[in-house]
Amino acid sequence: MGRVLLSGNEAVAQGAWEAGATVGVGYPGTPSTQALEHFATLPGVHAEWAPNEKVALEVAAGASFAGARSLVTMKHVGLNVAADPLFTIAYTGVRGGLVIFVADDPGMHSSQNEQDSHNYAAFARVPMLDPSDSAEALAFTKRAFEISEQFDVPVLVRSVVRLSHAKSLVETGARIDPPPVGPLKPDPAKWVMMPAMARCRRADLDTRMEKLSAFAATTDLNRAEYRDAALGVVCSGVCYQHVREALPDASVLKLGLTFPLSVDLIDQFASRVDRLIVVEEADAYLERSLRALGVQVSPSGLPVAGEITPGAIRSAMGLPAPVLREKDHTLPPRPPLMCPGCPHRPVFHALRKIKAVVTGDIGCYTLGALKPLAAMDTCVCMGASVGMAHGAELAGGVDGRPIIGVIGDSTFAHSGITGLLNTVYNGGGGTIAILDNRITAMTGHQGNPVDGITLQGRTVRELDLEALCRTLGVTRVRTVDPHDLSATENALREETSVEDLSVLIFRAPCALLVKDKGSPYAVDEDACTACGACIRLGCPAIGKDERTGKATIDVALCVGCSQCVQVCRFDAIVHTGPACDLGEV
Amino acid sequence: MSATTVMLCGVGGQGTILAADLLAKVAAASGLEVKLSEVHGMAQRGGSVDTVVRFGDEVHSPVTDPGCVDHLVAFEIIEAMRRIHFVKPDGRLLVNNRTIQPLPVLTGDVAPQHGLEAALEAEGAIFVDAEVLACRAGSPKSANVVLMGALSTGLPFEVSTWTRIIAARVPPKTVESNLRAFELGREACMKGECGL
Ligand SMILES: Cc1ncc(C[n+]2csc(CCOP(=O)(O)OP(=O)(O)O)c2C)c(N)n1
Repeated sequence: MGRVLLSGNEAVAQGAWEAGATVGVGYPGTPSTQALEHFATLPGVHAEWAPNEKVALEVAAGASFAGARSLVTMKHVGLNVAADPLFTIAYTGVRGGLVIFVADDPGMHSSQNEQDSHNYAAFARVPMLDPSDSAEALAFTKRAFEISEQFDVPVLVRSVVRLSHAKSLVETGARIDPPPVGPLKPDPAKWVMMPAMARCRRADLDTRMEKLSAFAATTDLNRAEYRDAALGVVCSGVCYQHVREALPDASVLKLGLTFPLSVDLIDQFASRVDRLIVVEEADAYLERSLRALGVQVSPSGLPVAGEITPGAIRSAMGLPAPVLREKDHTLPPRPPLMCPGCPHRPVFHALRKIKAVVTGDIGCYTLGALKPLAAMDTCVCMGASVGMAHGAELAGGVDGRPIIGVIGDSTFAHSGITGLLNTVYNGGGGTIAILDNRITAMTGHQGNPVDGITLQGRTVRELDLEALCRTLGVTRVRTVDPHDLSATENALREETSVEDLSVLIFRAPCALLVKDKGSPYAVDEDACTACGACIRLGCPAIGKDERTGKATIDVALCVGCSQCVQVCRFDAIVHTGPACDLGEV
Repeated sequence: MSATTVMLCGVGGQGTILAADLLAKVAAASGLEVKLSEVHGMAQRGGSVDTVVRFGDEVHSPVTDPGCVDHLVAFEIIEAMRRIHFVKPDGRLLVNNRTIQPLPVLTGDVAPQHGLEAALEAEGAIFVDAEVLACRAGSPKSANVVLMGALSTGLPFEVSTWTRIIAARVPPKTVESNLRAFELGREACMKGECGL
């Protein structure tokens, strides 16, 4: 069919499709997101976003139980959320092949931590495959379905940013009809994990693992490449590519199956090289595992934290570094920021004004923690804002300041609802602000239950957030347009001045969803007093003139949202007419 | 052919990802191995971003290191300087003649940097007025394609391959303006208009 340029994510989707998977479920999370998005575009599949990763895995487990090959996708921290079903699905095993695609983020480009999913494979005792480029992402995902059915286990396929968001050439193939799994018969010993049955399945899992260890010794997923015997490198995934780049003469044991490991295979490789090192990222999973198997591992000298590059490997090996141009250390940093016209901005502007203690959450609105808004005190994991606000109240509050949990729509559906239920149940107070921008923005605009947009465009009913909060037992529920700055501030002041628990729903679409941009504003220099009020909104379209200190507006960036007009006390921000034509610049 | 490394950098939202995709497809269509690596997510919200494209007869790693980049294409002046140490001493440096001040400068928390153009010129930078040429081509959004036109003058790929890939990749209504943008970027670079 010819070679096409695919990202690792797209290749995983293609592999699942070629393997005959008919069900795909996931929750977005960088860098995993495009795997399910791509799968959803392929013919003959049912793909959907779940509200969170635990639900996604449970849906896929149900599909597997009913006989379908199914794919689950998530980022590394999503596997924490899905860990509960994962550990027990390792016991039950599968009917249709069940493959869990998990994308790690060494270097934390877009994540709150750097956990290495290999540990989950070993902990839950679920085999894990580690592809090193897009072609392998496709091939390994197909193999993962076969292994899943052959050994009666769910299989993890692991990625990292440099696989998920790297592209390379891939030979795509035709879709197969997977072998029939046979009719479903009642089988409580396999599927009902009560203690008596679970004990048997635990023993059975041990047997399945033994078989998989034997498989690991012979499978071509693992590959020893013998070159110079002076140095042997054990590695997996994208690290293999970095090693080949940095150390072209080294012997390499490339592990495609990183759990379970085969002692025999590793011993054999170790016996044929003088010195053995491990190259891996973010944790020392392989190194620890090899040591536990009694293999002599020399220190690699590589840092444990962060991403590895070929240059880092060369430098750890004491190889000469390239000649460098001098780095400029004096440049201003460029942190990410809320877009012009972002509806989250006024909420943080007001939160700062009312000196609230803000337990935050994860999404574009986490950028509210950065200057100049700087109005978020915590960000831990999805959903944590709600529970932490309640906890802060239990601790007696913070200097009598209002305590507000701030959470996005997708995050609220993911894991905020149970937190709110908890606060209601335990008679807590405080205020929860749900920033409903009608989309899961941070990860690139996925639908979610709150906006009722589905992955394959099925028409469904959107969630009635107000009704849900009331049903949970919150009596004070208000909806506010965040673009109205005084309404936003007043609502926050009013709700935080009463004892009762309240929910404020700030509803306005993500600025990137708004097709009709308003005409841009400009600063009337005579009226501007250089007070800096508009600057404190932190809008990238507004700058400060170096000489006069007065505000300036970049017409190319301004979307005419008028938030700055509302904070200007001197009527210095005005309309100038139609947008300037860039061509005249 | 040993691997060539191109780094495209700029500000999240400037279109580096599309440009890198075009380049990678052109390299692939020219019969080479190719790897591309980019970062999505948080940084795409106006942060500092880069994408690496590597091509040749054999390419292993999708990423690169300081001192290893053959061509740096910077969509913005500060971001060009931020990656300067990545460029090989004899590497090529193409810079869009545009500064986008980061938020800490806009808010007055950090002083703006002066003299970056001169510093880049001293490093051998070739400046391109990509936005102006894009407007002349009829689509202000095609600045990234202008820059690919400029880059193409230093790469061993046929113009016909570029135009075929661009035509297939951009929205149908904008094919003509994008091809014109590519041509203007190419011409400017060849005539030395964008030069020193
Ligand atoms: C357990 C887990 N899953 C996924 C993610 C990735 N992630 C970060 S923020 C986010 C959603 C943000 O959407 P929303 O709450 O609607 O806020 P917005 O970005 O739209 O402002 C996701 C999916 C994560 N950090 N943790």
